[in-house]
Amino acid sequence: MAGEKEKVVAAAGGCCLRPFSCEQGLLSRPDGSAAFLQGDTSVLAGLYGPAEVKGSKELPDRAVLEVLLRPKVGLPGVIERSREQLLRQTCEAVVLGVLHPRTAITLVLQVLSDAGSLLSCCINAACMGLLDAGLPLSSLFCGVTCALDPNGAIILDPTTRQEQEARAILTFAIDSPERKVLMTTTKGSCSVEEGPCFPP
Amino acid sequence: MAPRPAEGSGPGRRPIAQRQRRGSESPAARHREGRCRAASGGGSRRRPPAAGSRLRRRPIATAAAAAAARQGFRPAGSRGAAHPGGPRRRHGDGFQNGGTIGILQKIFGSITTADGSALVKLGNTTVVCGVKAELAAPAVDSANKGYIVPNVELPSLCSTKFRSGPPGEEAQAASQFIADVIENSQIIAKEDLCIANGKLAWVLYCDIICLDYDGNILDASAFALLAALKNVQLPSVTINEETGLSEVNLKQKNPLVIRKHPVATSFAIFDDTLLIVDPTAEEEDLASGTVTVVTDEEGRLCSVHKPGGSPLTGDKLQDCITRAITRHKEVKKLIDKVIKSIKPK
Repeated sequence: MAGEKEKVVAAAGGCCLRPFSCEQGLLSRPDGSAAFLQGDTSVLAGLYGPAEVKGSKELPDRAVLEVLLRPKVGLPGVIERSREQLLRQTCEAVVLGVLHPRTAITLVLQVLSDAGSLLSCCINAACMGLLDAGLPLSSLFCGVTCALDPNGAIILDPTTRQEQEARAILTFAIDSPERKVLMTTTKGSCSVEEGPCFPP
Repeated sequence: MAPRPAEGSGPGRRPIAQRQRRGSESPAARHREGRCRAASGGGSRRRPPAAGSRLRRRPIATAAAAAAARQGFRPAGSRGAAHPGGPRRRHGDGFQNGGTIGILQKIFGSITTADGSALVKLGNTTVVCGVKAELAAPAVDSANKGYIVPNVELPSLCSTKFRSGPPGEEAQAASQFIADVIENSQIIAKEDLCIANGKLAWVLYCDIICLDYDGNILDASAFALLAALKNVQLPSVTINEETGLSEVNLKQKNPLVIRKHPVATSFAIFDDTLLIVDPTAEEEDLASGTVTVVTDEEGRLCSVHKPGGSPLTGDKLQDCITRAITRHKEVKKLIDKVIKSIKPK
């Protein structure tokens, strides 16, 4: 039996994820918090909301979602702003903001360590944080990164080394009920035939 | 001949002598930081760059018209059979044709002080891209590579949505998107920008400024960038062996080698089923999500950018990619037509 199991794992090859874990409710001040670890990559998410919002940012019919992504070192730059936009729009699609009009929901993500697949770790931490805060969600979502290595093989949840050697890195956020794609972003180019790696 | 001094020391951009003294920072990082440092959560330690000031220095509005009149660029087919500025044709299967050829206009060389420029109008969305080339020392870890530094500005001129001050999230996300397109599609090999290994390389500052915002800023910015890069003429630079100084020959200019032609196609998603190509600002506000697909002429996917929004099935996403590839061919034809119509200087 053990021998068969080993054979199955070997056949799957790159299509297995690194060991991941999650801890919720570890911070006392935010309304919701979660730490998500994927291999050596870890991200801490803290959620405040629904809370009061400053006058100009207020939306009359639903909650305003704000995402702040803090890198491990240095000040947030343009890359962080771009990722904040991706996360914000992903969460906005899922959070039922119409139940809390004229409020603000703030999601703060702190990168604790980066060993590859950082964006998908942030997405997962955001989802677990939203759950811990008890916000109404229409579905859950998860993040996954795939790397296409120069031979064309697909590696899931790549490490930093695998990311550097890959010719394309694709990150997806997939929702839970129907496995539809909520968010995609790609780095590097790939041919359309490799497109079937998009989730059906 | 002494190297041409850097024109315009606007916020975030300092003259070359000063830049080379702080040799440890790359021009790319500094150009971007000058734009967005105040926008980060770090507080306002320095005065935020005035987004409008760069616009006033260049006589864009008149140059575009003057250049068009002087050089007669508008390609014959551009006003073609499609409706100029009118409503776009609708197809019954839920996709709306972007009306590319009739409404997309490109005007090359509108900014005479830039090394390369282009003005693109996609319906009402007007975007101008100016490319300025400067000299810098290459980074230590990539001694044979130059730099390409894109920056997208959405000034308060283009729409009431944007306030003057530090660049907002949309402008920064668009800048990052354009940087990713350049990187992913390898439109220019950075090795081509190197003049002397480890000593001198070109830095191409690509400033993309929106003049009129009617949605679909990513597509228009990508077209403008591609067109401006095709328009760039770099003077030839040699390094004098005895003195070690660089000599710039302004009389002899070479165009850039453009390896790939990436074209972006954006779709607006309504209710998870309806997809509209090339959405206007009104359609974008009402849409529940957007998808942007960047393809190059070999049919390779350079980027699939879906920043959240309502979920899409994998089949719909594949459909978008196929349509993007078809649209790429139409846009490429237009680019080639415009380039052929340029009168050589």
